[in-house]
Amino acid sequence: MPPREGTYGLLAEFDNPSDLVRATKQARQDGWRRMECYTPYPVEEAAEALNFHRNKVPLITLVGGLMGLAAMFLLETWISVLAYPLNIGGRPTYSWPAFIIPAYEWTILWAGLSACFGMLALNGLPALYHPLFNAPNFRDGATTDKFFLCLEALDPKFDLIEARKYLESFQPASVVEVQY
Amino acid sequence: MATSELKTNDPGIDPATGEYRVIGPGQTFRSVTEKISRIVLTPHTPLGWFALFGIGGAVATMLLVAVTWLFLVGVGIWAISQPVAWGFAIINFVWWIGIGHAGTLISAILLLFKQGWRNSINRFAEAMTIFAVVCAGMFPLIHVGRPWVAYWMLPIPLTMNVWPQFRSPLLWDVFAVSTYATISVVFWYLGMIPDFGTLRDRAESKIAQYVYGILSVGWRGSTRHWMRYETASLLLAGLATPLVLSVHTVISFDFAVAVLPGWHTTIFPPYFVAGAIYSGFAMVLTLAIPLRKFYHLEGLVTERHIDNMGKVMLATGFIVAYGYGMEVFMAWYSASHWEAFMMWNRMFGPMGWSYWVLITCNLAIPLTTLWSRKLRTNVTFMFLLSLVVNIGMWFERFVIIVTSLYRDFLPSSWGTYRATKWDYMTYVGTLGLFTALFLLFVRFLPMIPMNEIRMMLPGAKITPKATAKAGD
Repeated sequence: MPPREGTYGLLAEFDNPSDLVRATKQARQDGWRRMECYTPYPVEEAAEALNFHRNKVPLITLVGGLMGLAAMFLLETWISVLAYPLNIGGRPTYSWPAFIIPAYEWTILWAGLSACFGMLALNGLPALYHPLFNAPNFRDGATTDKFFLCLEALDPKFDLIEARKYLESFQPASVVEVQY
Repeated sequence: MATSELKTNDPGIDPATGEYRVIGPGQTFRSVTEKISRIVLTPHTPLGWFALFGIGGAVATMLLVAVTWLFLVGVGIWAISQPVAWGFAIINFVWWIGIGHAGTLISAILLLFKQGWRNSINRFAEAMTIFAVVCAGMFPLIHVGRPWVAYWMLPIPLTMNVWPQFRSPLLWDVFAVSTYATISVVFWYLGMIPDFGTLRDRAESKIAQYVYGILSVGWRGSTRHWMRYETASLLLAGLATPLVLSVHTVISFDFAVAVLPGWHTTIFPPYFVAGAIYSGFAMVLTLAIPLRKFYHLEGLVTERHIDNMGKVMLATGFIVAYGYGMEVFMAWYSASHWEAFMMWNRMFGPMGWSYWVLITCNLAIPLTTLWSRKLRTNVTFMFLLSLVVNIGMWFERFVIIVTSLYRDFLPSSWGTYRATKWDYMTYVGTLGLFTALFLLFVRFLPMIPMNEIRMMLPGAKITPKATAKAGD
């Protein structure tokens, strides 16, 4: 477990996304790994600069969808063939074409729920507390119009004074230290 | 040459890029955020809101009365009988679900097609979907006669050991509509999470901070979170697209699987889906036009949005027209005596007036006028037109249900259909419920997705080093 006291990281504030992307690219080149950008809307270039390209949401969705499909189709088959066989106009008890439709709906239902909750789980949300909310300028800007780069203290390169100097070389609007 | 000269004077075109503007000029991240979040966070509720909410609430109370009486007495208080066993309840069910479809279309299909203009209208279109599904879902439930045992429709282990019958389209409906409602709510909520973060950070009252804080699930705009979020949104859009097409298809099976002339036709699925989108876009216009005026959102929901929606309506309107045309053609081409009589009776029988209302409202008025760009960008005209199409689409379902049923194979069993006051009260009541829910949404939730609007602003463009320096 990472330490839960002391410095979480250094937070640099930028006024536009271009400066943030440039700083992030440079920091990644200079060997920083434990860092994260915070933006008021998705900035794909920032993800590229962080070298974050793939995520597991599609896989979770696929697995969820297939589970939904299997669950409903098996349920329908079990009910209609074994648990409660009904003669409907002489049709076979295993009338699979009719079973496709609820199974199709459940594929979508389970896939959709997996996409949503899988995404939240991978993001570690809900997490109502986060050290960044302690930063004085974070809450006003990060969800409105400011762009943040946070160098985290867990990075082996992290040194409070050196890292501050490093961030200031990108001419951000401000650099603040974030406490746990 | 001359045309390009003309175009530069057009206020709808951005002089810098020469592209059509979707959002009015001069908006910044902060101005957009403030404009949208102020509507929600202000402690002052406009008087007009209270007035409308009062009306909506009063009308919704009428629904409560009607449904209470229905539960006490039974479905006999409605006009449904033989031969017209499906009346207002199913008409309203299909109408409301159809209205909901435009919301999903805007939020899912237009997202997949990368139609940036949808961003301003998708949130309230989605809200419209959910409230429409709420109204729609109620009708089959109260129509079953014994709504307190409606749970029998679900495949759950009951002590009686009775299980649902999966070969019935009516049961398919249960899964289609419940999935649709769930996925719509999930998609809607997911879209609002970042905006709840914004509201949490901008709220001044403690209660608002707590409530939006919990709703935002601690969203902080981390890039890795954003990327997973974008993937999930795209996947949900990809899932909602086949879903929305399947929902109205399954609903059309309720009719198409029956052997009744006027119902037993293979064109129903595509024709129902197109009709759903047609009426849904009309409802989006009915809601968007007063809203943008009332909350001064003309810079975000521009004439271009209204123009585009007009074009979608024109296209889907023609699909619907094709559907009507094919019904008539098949009545002749099938050489079926019953089909031909049904069509003749639908047009010229005692209830033929409803068919001509439908043709006037759905084809004659919109499909002649929507060609004109001038009329498509005329806000008052589009508002009135949207009401006309809403009425027309309601009559479409009326025509399909009532005029197919009231004169069936045996002349001795012919009848007619005249809705009772309880039918009207229930229907009008759902309009009140919808209005009330929608007003609550407008007051307490962000009706325009702030994060998606920010992406479209000029400030979101990533510029290379040199120009950024020059701007400092």
